[in-house]
This record gives sequence, C-alpha cells and structure tokens, in this order.
Amino acid sequence: MTAADIHRTIDAVWRIESARLIAGLARIVRDVGVAEELAQDALVAALEQWPESGVPNNPGAWLMGTARHRAIDLLRRRTLTDRKHEEIGYEIDARQMAMPDLEAEIDDDIGDDLLRLLFIACHPVLSTEARTALTLRLLGGLTTEEIARAFLVPEPTVAQRIVRAKRTLAEARVPFEIPRGSERAARLSSVLEVIYLIFNEGYSATAGDDWMRPELCEDALRLGRILAGLVPKEPEVHGLVALMEIQASRARARTGPAGEPILLLDQNRALWDRLLIRRGLAALARAEKLGGAEGPYALQAAIAACHARALTAEATDWQRIAEIYGTLARVTPSPVVELNRAVAVAMAFGPQAGLDLVDALTSEPALKGYYLLPSVRGDLLRRLGRFDEAQVEIERAASLTKNARERALLLERATSTAREGSSGGARDARPRGRPGR
Amino acid sequence: MRFMIIRKADRSTEAGDMPSEEILAAMGKYNEELVKAGALLDAAGLQPSSKGARVRFSRGKPTVIDGPFAETKELIAGYSILEVRSKEEAIEWVKRWPPEDGDVEIEIRQMFELEDFGPSEAVERMREVGFADKK
Repeated sequence: MTAADIHRTIDAVWRIESARLIAGLARIVRDVGVAEELAQDALVAALEQWPESGVPNNPGAWLMGTARHRAIDLLRRRTLTDRKHEEIGYEIDARQMAMPDLEAEIDDDIGDDLLRLLFIACHPVLSTEARTALTLRLLGGLTTEEIARAFLVPEPTVAQRIVRAKRTLAEARVPFEIPRGSERAARLSSVLEVIYLIFNEGYSATAGDDWMRPELCEDALRLGRILAGLVPKEPEVHGLVALMEIQASRARARTGPAGEPILLLDQNRALWDRLLIRRGLAALARAEKLGGAEGPYALQAAIAACHARALTAEATDWQRIAEIYGTLARVTPSPVVELNRAVAVAMAFGPQAGLDLVDALTSEPALKGYYLLPSVRGDLLRRLGRFDEAQVEIERAASLTKNARERALLLERATSTAREGSSGGARDARPRGRPGR
Repeated sequence: MRFMIIRKADRSTEAGDMPSEEILAAMGKYNEELVKAGALLDAAGLQPSSKGARVRFSRGKPTVIDGPFAETKELIAGYSILEVRSKEEAIEWVKRWPPEDGDVEIEIRQMFELEDFGPSEAVERMREVGFADKK
C-alpha cells in the first residue's frame, strides 16, 4: 500500500467510524467539542502511525481505543484540577465512581449516543447554518472543506461556524441527552428539518450555476436512513426518508445533456431509479403503518409516491394529489402548500379552478418575491390562452429566481409563450408549471 | 456512488445448501450494521445455477442453455448494493464481512451512473427512450 492508499483508507475508516467515535466520547467527556477534538487526535495518530505499522485489522477499534485513552487521561487531569480548586461537584464523584466502568460503558448503547449527538447537533440554540454544518461534520463525517464546497461558502466561514456552534453548546450547557416528553417531538422535528434542508440544498441548489449537488443528497439520505434505524418507531422519520428516496429517484431525469433542468412531467420516467422508488414506497408504508399518514413529511412523500407510481405523466392521479394537498394544507397551513394545491387542482379540474386559488394568493405577503407564484400563475394563464398576461408573469418569475439554470428555463418559456400568443392559439395545453419537482 | 458487492458462489451454494443458522445470524447482524450506517440499499441471495439458464447469442440467434454451470467460482451467489463515498469505503465495509461465512471471495464493482458516460448520441437516445413526452 502506498501512503496515498493508506490515506484514502483512513478517510474511509473515518467516514464509517467518526460519528460513533465522537458520540461515544461525548458521553464520557460530556462536551461535544472536546469529544470531536479527541476523535481528531486519534485520527492524527492514525495518519502518523498507520503508514509505518500498516492499517490495523480492526481500524475502528484502534481509533476508539486510542481516543478512549486520551479521554480517560483528560478526565483524570480534570478531576485533579477540580480537586485543587476544591470544587466538589456531584459530577466529580460520579465520574470517579464511573471511571473503572468507562471502558465497558463506551461500547454500550452506541445507538443512543448517536441519537444524542444528532439531537445536540440540531439543537435550537444553534442557528440553522450552524446546525447543518455541525450535523454534516459530526454525523456525516465530512471535513470542513467538503462542507464549504457543498454549500458554496469559504472554508474559514464554515470552520468558524463550527467553532462558534461548539462554544454555544458548551456555554449553554446543553446536556448530552435524548430529550423526553413533550420536548422530544419538537427536537425531533428540528432534526428532520436539518436533514431535509441538507437534502434540498443538494437537490435544488438555491444559488449558483448547478442545479443539483448529488453528493449532498446522498449525505442527507444517509443521515435519514441512520435516523430511521435509531428511532424506528417514529413515523415522520420514515416519512422524511420516503420523501427523500422518491425525490432522489428522479435525480438522473431532472437534468438534460447541457445540465438544464427538466421538470417532473417532462422527465423520462425510464431514468427514474426504481430501487430508490421501491425503498421510498416501503418507507412510506412503514410511516403509514405506524399511524403517521398525516405527518407533513409522510403527506409530501405520498404526493411524490403518486408521481412515482404513474407510468406516464398522463396517468398521474391528480385528483388524489389535490386531495393530499388538501390534507397537507389542513395539517400545515402555508401559502406555499396552497400554491402547490392550486397546481394539482388545475391538473385535476382545469386551469381556471387552479387560477382561482392562485389569484387568492397574490396578495399573500409570505409569497412576495417568491418566483414560483408568478411562474405558476403565468402557466395557468397560458393554458387559458391569456398569453400576454402569461408572458409578463413568467418574465417576472425569471427576474425573481436566484438559480441561473432556472432563470434560463423561465426566460425560454416566456419566449415560447409570446410565440404562442402571436401564432394565436393554444396548440399545446400541456402545463409548463411546476407541480412538484 | 454505488457499488455492487458480489458474493461468489462455492460448492455449497451451488449444491443449494441453505446457510446454517450461525451464518444467517452473522449475515443478519452484518447487514443490520450496514443498514444502520445508511449504506445498504439492497441485498439478495441467488438460488443455485441449476435453477437458472443462459441465453447465448450467435449471429443474432439465441440458444438457451439450462444450468447448472461448471465454473462454480465465477458464478454469483448473492449481491448487495452499497451507497458510499469512495471505493475505499466499500472495501472497508467488505473487510468486515462475517468470518462465519468461511473462505469466500467477494468482488466489489462500482456501478455506472449515467453521468459517467459523458455527452454522446447513444446516451441521448437512452434519455429519450421510455415514456418521456418531450416537446
């Protein structure tokens, strides 16, 4: 093995082991930042020693053993310092009592430790950016550089975000625990939100020239699947996994040869990933079986599933989709959901029915500056043969989007709408809006 | 990126022997770990080649050859699909294959993604086939 080979192997081991390593250490030292430093120290030791000694047979155990020794040293030193200061806290006694058992303890309940780590990385005291960065770093095993690249921000920015997040957690004395009772639901939904945010950043990049960053989608999916293994009885976790699996199944069909986006109804369904669809449908069934059919993620997954089940765009069950959007609007009322419902209603019952719903949204402050509103409205107007109004709306949508590829697509649509208008007829009544991606 | 992990056949799998309880338990535990790591997408075992068939083409004409097939070590007894970040990560996982399964050979192959082909006419055609109703 060359040194480069060994480095790649160490990277791979790190990716597999780092989360469990950090989680196990965090339980001993009760500080996520310190735990991560200890894990990093073990990684550095591996980078120094493995090129000489070769990769150990059980590299995970080697890393854990190395880090564990350092953790115990640290605790002993801490205890001494604490004694010097004559601060006899309850923790010290507890730690001294626990010391002989530490080694055995660290191997137990690694799942619970991972869950604690995930909850802490997505803790509400942290900003959304900090949560995503910390989650990818601690649970996803990504380097600061990888996170920076994925989110198109400079590396020092991410590094600083992570440092500050760790400090915030330490200062707020956030306990390393699994929240119970009423707090648990809220905290879990924060975790789901972070994972879905990561997925979406990969799935429909909000900024920049690329339409997708598939690796980020894979990272989010991996986190979701891990979480589903940790809390298998939580229906919404399966709902979220189902949603991500089904959306990811379309990844290959979503871009044309020049990287331009292809909308759902125009996609070549032969390119949809049947394996991911199957996994998504299974996860959705699990969510529903657990009584979670009306969870917001499960409902969105159910909509995605309607598309996944349709062999052709024409075979889509729009009435069912409109119905599910109705439920979703009831469970989580929001103008964006209402806009999507309008699209489904238009598909099921004609463009005028949809336009009536959309027109009710035009004064909605939350949708001000939201490019999909004029985009959808423009499309419905076009289908109603009102080409001039349609063109204005679609151009407005183009001016509002931040994604370069999306803007190009909208401008193209505006041009073709104008052309349809001047040729004086609705040859093509097919929707060009965006009934989901 | 995805990898197919191919568990080669041996005399026992080709004889149609069912794996022992011990092996089943060990494989179950191994797969569970992969699932918990979010890395396992799919896995399946294959029945012996005596229950399979081959279709060989010669000048466009198919000939059907029934199993079993002689070259046991080249045959496949099962596969898993892993989604990981690198070949090394796939290798790391396979190195943890349960020892209960004995002296087996496992092959690791990266799966093509459509992007790997780069722009070409044939790929374009692949994109066009199917149900797309593109304008």
